[in-house]
Amino acid sequence: MKLIIAIFQPHKLPEVKKCLDEVEVHKMTVSNALGAGEQRGDPESYRGVKHETNLLKKVRLEIAVNDNFVKPTVDAIIKGARTGNIGDGKIFILDLPEAIRIRTGETGSEAVG
Amino acid sequence: MNNNRRRTSFALALSLGCLVAPLAVLAQSVPTAASVSASLPAVTHEADSTGANTGTSADVSVATPGRVSLLDLANQAGKNKVAINMTWTLLTGFLVMFMSAGFALVETGFTRAKNACHTIGMNLLIYPVAVIAFYALGFGLMFGGVGPLGTLGGYAGMDHEAGITLFGKTFGLFGTRGFCLSGSSYDVGLFTLFLFQLVFMDAAATIPTGAMAERWKFSSFFLYGWFVAAIIYPLYGNWVWGGGWLSTLGTNFHLGHGHVDFAGSSVVHMCGGVIALVGAWMIGPRLGKYDEDGSPNVIPGHNIPMAVLGTFVLAFGWFGFNPGSTLAGTDLRIAVIAVNTLLASASGAVASTLWMWLVRSDKPDPGMMCNGMLAGLVAITAPSAYVNAFSALLIGLIAGILVVEAAFFVERKLKVDDPVGAIAVHGCNGAWGCLALGLFADGSYGDGLNGVAGTVKGLFYGDGGQFAAEFIGVAVNFIFVGLASYVLFKMLDLTIGNRVDSDTEIKGLDVPEMGVEAYPGFDTWLTEFGMVPPVIKKRGAKHKR
Repeated sequence: MKLIIAIFQPHKLPEVKKCLDEVEVHKMTVSNALGAGEQRGDPESYRGVKHETNLLKKVRLEIAVNDNFVKPTVDAIIKGARTGNIGDGKIFILDLPEAIRIRTGETGSEAVG
Repeated sequence: MNNNRRRTSFALALSLGCLVAPLAVLAQSVPTAASVSASLPAVTHEADSTGANTGTSADVSVATPGRVSLLDLANQAGKNKVAINMTWTLLTGFLVMFMSAGFALVETGFTRAKNACHTIGMNLLIYPVAVIAFYALGFGLMFGGVGPLGTLGGYAGMDHEAGITLFGKTFGLFGTRGFCLSGSSYDVGLFTLFLFQLVFMDAAATIPTGAMAERWKFSSFFLYGWFVAAIIYPLYGNWVWGGGWLSTLGTNFHLGHGHVDFAGSSVVHMCGGVIALVGAWMIGPRLGKYDEDGSPNVIPGHNIPMAVLGTFVLAFGWFGFNPGSTLAGTDLRIAVIAVNTLLASASGAVASTLWMWLVRSDKPDPGMMCNGMLAGLVAITAPSAYVNAFSALLIGLIAGILVVEAAFFVERKLKVDDPVGAIAVHGCNGAWGCLALGLFADGSYGDGLNGVAGTVKGLFYGDGGQFAAEFIGVAVNFIFVGLASYVLFKMLDLTIGNRVDSDTEIKGLDVPEMGVEAYPGFDTWLTEFGMVPPVIKKRGAKHKR
C-alpha cells in the first residue's frame, strides 16, 4: 500500500479529478495548501505599496492506493496537473504500513480499496 | 392668551393663503391686489415642546416689516410648494444614489471570491467616472432642450433641442444647453434635476459591469464608463425624457402620449440591459462556463447573503427611483406610485420563487428570489404612475416568471454568459415594463403629458396608440443602444482589448488586475476550483458560443 501526496495548481483540480475518474480512482482527500517552490513569489500591491507573496496557493491531494494502482494514479495526476510551466507542483509517494476503515474495522488492502 | 391670538391670526393667514395661492400670477400682474394687507401680530419665541405653535405668520417672508400682503402670502405659498418639490426630488435622488451600493453587493455576491475586488471596484468607479462625464456632456445632451422645469421653479434656460425635420414633423435628437452646468445653467431647480438624473444614469451604467464581470479588462471598463455616461445613455434619454422624438410620437403621429416611461424601464434599465447583452456576447463566456458541446456549467457566486442584502438595498432605493420621478412632493400621486412599486416587487419575488420551486427546479433558489424581486421592480418602473394596484401586482407576477425564463434562454439558447442575470432582470423586464404600461395604463393620471390632452390609457383601456408608442420606444432602444454599444465595445476591443488573458482569468482578476485579494488570509481557492467542473478547453482557445 502506498500513500500518494500531490501538490499542484488549484485551478488544475477539476482536470485532475477528471483524469483520476477515468482510471477509476474515486477516493481522495483534498485540502488547501500554501507553498513555495521554484515558482517564487507573486507580486501584489496594497494601497500602492508593493509586496511579494512568497507562499503561493496550491492544493494538496492525498490518495491511499494498493500497489497495482500507484502507476495509473500518478499518471493521471500528471496528465491533469501538468502545464509545462514552473509551479506545476510535485508528487510524493510514501509506504503505508496500515489502513483501517472506521465503519467496518477492515484493515489493509480491503480498507484502502 | 398670546398663543390663542397667534393661532387665530395664523388660521386667518392660512385661509387667505389658500384663497390667493392660485392667484399668485394674477397678484404679480395686478399691483393693486398686493395692496390688500394686514398687520402682523407681535410674536414672542417661547420654547415649544409639542410643536403645536411652531411655524406661524411670523415665518412668512414679507416685503414690508410688520405687514403681510396677499402677494407675500402667495409668494410664500409658491415657495413652499417648490421647496417641497425640491426637497423631495433631492431626497429621493439620495436614495437612488444608494442603489449603487445595492448593485455593488448583488454583483459581487454573484461572482467568485477571486474576482471580488475587481467586480466591486468596477461598481465603485463607474459612479465617479459617470458623474464627471454626465456633468461635462451627458446632462446637456439629455436635457438641454427639455423646456421649463415645471415643478422645480420654472427655470426655462434649457430651451434648445437640435433635431431634424422630416415629412413636416420635427424629430428632436439632442439638447444643446447646460453643459458643465455653467453660465445660465446656474439655477437651483436645474441643479436639483441634474442630481436626480445623474444617479439614474449611474444605475444604467453599472448594470453591464455585472454581466461582463470576471473577465473584463479594468482599463476597457474604465473607458467604457465615460462613453456610456456622456453619449449613449443621454441620447436615448433625451428622446424619451428630454423632449426628443420618441416623446413627441403623440403630438406628431397621434400615438397616445408618445413613448411614456415614467421612471426609466427603458431609459435606465433596458438601456443597461441591452449594453450588458451586447457586451457579454462580444466578450465571450467565462472559461469553463460551457463545455465543448455547448452545455452550460454552474459557476456559483461566492456570497449569496451579500447578493440578498444588495437586493434589499436596491428595493429600498427604488422608493426613490419611482416616487421621486414625479419631481414633485406636492404631486400626491407619489402614494400610488410607492404602493405600486412595493406590490410589484413582492409579486415578482413570489412568482420567481414559485416558478423555480414548482416548475423549473425543485428548490426555492435564493439567487432567483433576488432576481425576481428586482425584475418586478424593473417592470413596474415605467408604469408605476399609470396603473392601479391590481395591475401592478400582475405586472410584477409576470416579471417574476419572465426573469427565470429569460435567464435560462440567455444561458442555454443564446449561450451568453451573464454571471449576475443582468440581461434577464434589466433588459428583458425593462422592455416588459414599457409594454405593460401600454397595456395596463388606466387613464387616471398623466393629463396633458408630452403635450397630448387627456390621461394616459393603455390598450386594455382603449388606447392602442399608446401601446404602439411603447413598442416603438422598446424597439428603438434595442436597435440604437445595441448598435451604439456594439461600436463602443468593438473600438475598445481593437485598441486596448476587452478581455483579460486566460492566465489572469484562471488565477482570478483581483491580483493581476487590481493588485490585491478581496479576502487575504481566507482559504478560498479550493472551494473556488473544487466546485467547478473540469476546464476542458485548452487555455487561450477561441470559445465556441
